[in-house]
Amino acid sequence: MTNNIKKQTFAIKGMHCASCVYTNEKALKSIPGVTSAVVNLATGKGTIVSSEVVPDRAIKDAVKSVGYEALVEVGESGTLDDKIKKEKAVELKNLKTKTFVSLTIGAMVVWGSFPGIMEIAPAVFKNFYVQMVLAGIVQFWAGFDFYRAAISSLKHRLANMDTLVAIGTTVAFVYSVFVTFYPEFFMSLNIEVMPYYDVSAVIIGLILLGRLFEAQAKAGTGEAIKKLMGLQAKTARIIRGNKEIDIPISEVIVGDMIRVRPGEKIPVDGIIVEGGSAIDESMVTGESIPVDKHKGDTVIGATMNKSGSFVFKATKVGEDSMLAQIIKLVTEAQGSKAPIQRLADVISSYFVPIVIMMAIATFTVWYVFGPSQAAIMAMLNAIAVLIIACPCAMGLATPTAIMVGTGIGAQHGILIRDAESLETAHKIKTVVFDKTGTLTHGKPEVTDVIVTGPYNNQEILKMAAAIEKNSEHPLGEAIVKKAEAGKLSFSKVKKFHSITGKGVEGFVDNKKIYVGKLLSDKKKKEALDLEKEGKTVVYVYAEKKMVGIIAIADTIKESAVDAVSALNRMGIETVMITGDNQATASAIAKKVGIERVLAEVLPQDKEREVKKLQREGKIVAMVGDGINDAPALAASDIGIAMGTGTDVAMEAAGITLVNKSLMSVVSALKLSAKTMKTIKLNLFWAFAYNVVLIPVAMVGLISPILASGAMAFSSVSVVLNSLGLKRVKI
Amino acid sequence: MVFDKVLVLIIGIVGIISTYWFFFMKKSQTIEAEGDTIEIKVEGGYKPDRISIPVGKTTRLVFDRRDPSSCLEEVVLSDFKVRKFLALNEKTTVEITPDKTGEFDFSCGMGMYHGKLIVK
Repeated sequence: MTNNIKKQTFAIKGMHCASCVYTNEKALKSIPGVTSAVVNLATGKGTIVSSEVVPDRAIKDAVKSVGYEALVEVGESGTLDDKIKKEKAVELKNLKTKTFVSLTIGAMVVWGSFPGIMEIAPAVFKNFYVQMVLAGIVQFWAGFDFYRAAISSLKHRLANMDTLVAIGTTVAFVYSVFVTFYPEFFMSLNIEVMPYYDVSAVIIGLILLGRLFEAQAKAGTGEAIKKLMGLQAKTARIIRGNKEIDIPISEVIVGDMIRVRPGEKIPVDGIIVEGGSAIDESMVTGESIPVDKHKGDTVIGATMNKSGSFVFKATKVGEDSMLAQIIKLVTEAQGSKAPIQRLADVISSYFVPIVIMMAIATFTVWYVFGPSQAAIMAMLNAIAVLIIACPCAMGLATPTAIMVGTGIGAQHGILIRDAESLETAHKIKTVVFDKTGTLTHGKPEVTDVIVTGPYNNQEILKMAAAIEKNSEHPLGEAIVKKAEAGKLSFSKVKKFHSITGKGVEGFVDNKKIYVGKLLSDKKKKEALDLEKEGKTVVYVYAEKKMVGIIAIADTIKESAVDAVSALNRMGIETVMITGDNQATASAIAKKVGIERVLAEVLPQDKEREVKKLQREGKIVAMVGDGINDAPALAASDIGIAMGTGTDVAMEAAGITLVNKSLMSVVSALKLSAKTMKTIKLNLFWAFAYNVVLIPVAMVGLISPILASGAMAFSSVSVVLNSLGLKRVKI
Repeated sequence: MVFDKVLVLIIGIVGIISTYWFFFMKKSQTIEAEGDTIEIKVEGGYKPDRISIPVGKTTRLVFDRRDPSSCLEEVVLSDFKVRKFLALNEKTTVEITPDKTGEFDFSCGMGMYHGKLIVK
């Protein structure tokens, strides 16, 4: 790249389709000097390459000419998100100022009007006109947003929190203004001349304070997604010919060769083609121990390369990458609704108008049937009813907990598809594990080598591996792998051929070696024992004499035993499902600690078995890799797909586990239980609060000021309770 | 004085009835999406708040938030798994492709303001 090429990036506002991209690109390319223009719909950004720097004006005009707006000041890293962030920051700052001013003024007015302390207040605070001006500032400046929101809602014949606050405080303020200007009128009615400026000012101050806390706490609920988004690497060092160049990650394409040096972030998903390293994948999979990876292993974008250096070939970039998929899944889950929320939704849509009716009823009943001075009591109690009602707590109860819960899940490599799955998971009573690839590694390994002739273990393995090197059988592969792992060198094989259905043979060091099924000998006891353990046995012959037995088995994952026993301790029944014969299946189930085994089940019948369990009245989770058990995952009450992250599995699964540890199944169920507990507590609190305190306010047992304090505390406490989930150990 | 009490009683009852009428008896019109895009003004609620859209086709709902109230800062279409922040004075597009017919609610983040998508 030569130096005189200039690149400029900016945001484009208002794009929503592919044709917008095209029109913008065309407009940008028409700017004199621009050699290329690329517009990205997903990021909302445009990049132009030119020989000279293009003035901002020219970019703006070009984009404007086709009906959009370019935000040149945004630059490379800025997006609409930044604008939102800025907006939020300004909002928070305004809210802080308004809260502080209202509470300060509120305190002055209270000092000047509250019996017991007003006697020592400066005379100026006791003056009704001064109080009116002070409370007026709070009412119409700090409380302006309540009015604005209330009025625009009323235009649609809707009402919300702001409507209640606006009505409640306006009544107090307007009444006080009347008292200030026409004290004689109130005296003639035998009503004490006392304005309630303190009520209106303090209510607004406290409710704003509640909003401030709530906004700050709410920001914490969406943190997980932001963290995930922040994981993305910015650049990739790609190899082009003999050169290595750093390019922005958005320009990486599938098939690019990328070099990763120690301590660097892996930019995109791919397969290692050269070198190897320990890779910290905790940020994506939740697995805390770095994983050793070599040639042929897959690497995940956004994970951290620890020690080594390697080159990998990009296989998935942009929206297809694992990180992008995870972010998409979590975002979608946070947009979904848990069934438990339905009732709260129905109630909150009728809530505010009902509260207004209750307030009118309160006023009327107190006025008509109340004691002397009834008008004041009626007014204050009606205000208390309006102010204490807290629909926000109901609305916040479920979504905030779901946001935090799904976020924590993602941090532990547990991806929850939607709120409904999260809710169902805590009711699970039976967990069905697919055997191959889920409870086991899914790759056969040599577990035993038994000597039956003059050669030792290593020699037998060497001979067998030399022959099997030429075969493509998976069992042969396991033997070769074992020999390679023991750093054994193999001799050359002559006259190799395979005997269909039997085994393979050839000459190694001039000896005729056969590896395969038993020839004419009687079955040895050792072989029988191994078979009972669920292992496959192959025999090694040298010069037609049996010299050894090699046992091969799919090994059990280390986490399987722990996970099964943890589930059993939680009172959850565990079941293993497999196509293996009963003996092999039982042997493996016993090792893992599973009592119920469904053996000899063909892949296509797994779904039927799951349904059978459901007919027994069980709520069933099915754990599988999603490759051949997708129908079973879909049929179960909640499908849990392990480790692979294939699209099919994610489609069928309610929960996808990014890492391969079976303990994640336990964590997922625990997370669901804890989240549901939080939601239930939140809902209980939100309902009980309103159900108890609204009647209390109606009978006149709570002052409007206390009511506003309780209201503010109520919604904040719900959000804080949801945030408490973050501290939960799963 | 009995007169004022009777008056307050009457006003109170009328007030309750008219509150009920005002908030619960409103009829909103269903707007049919013309073409594949429909703009929804977000100001004190959603306008229009009943939108008829075709099944199996991608429809773009363009939310134009004019209302600074934080109540309306998010829009949730839970049946389509969408929870989106609406930047103030910006148009935010939500694309949905309904695969079944029926009525689907959309609401603000806290479920106070509602709208309906009628998929036909």
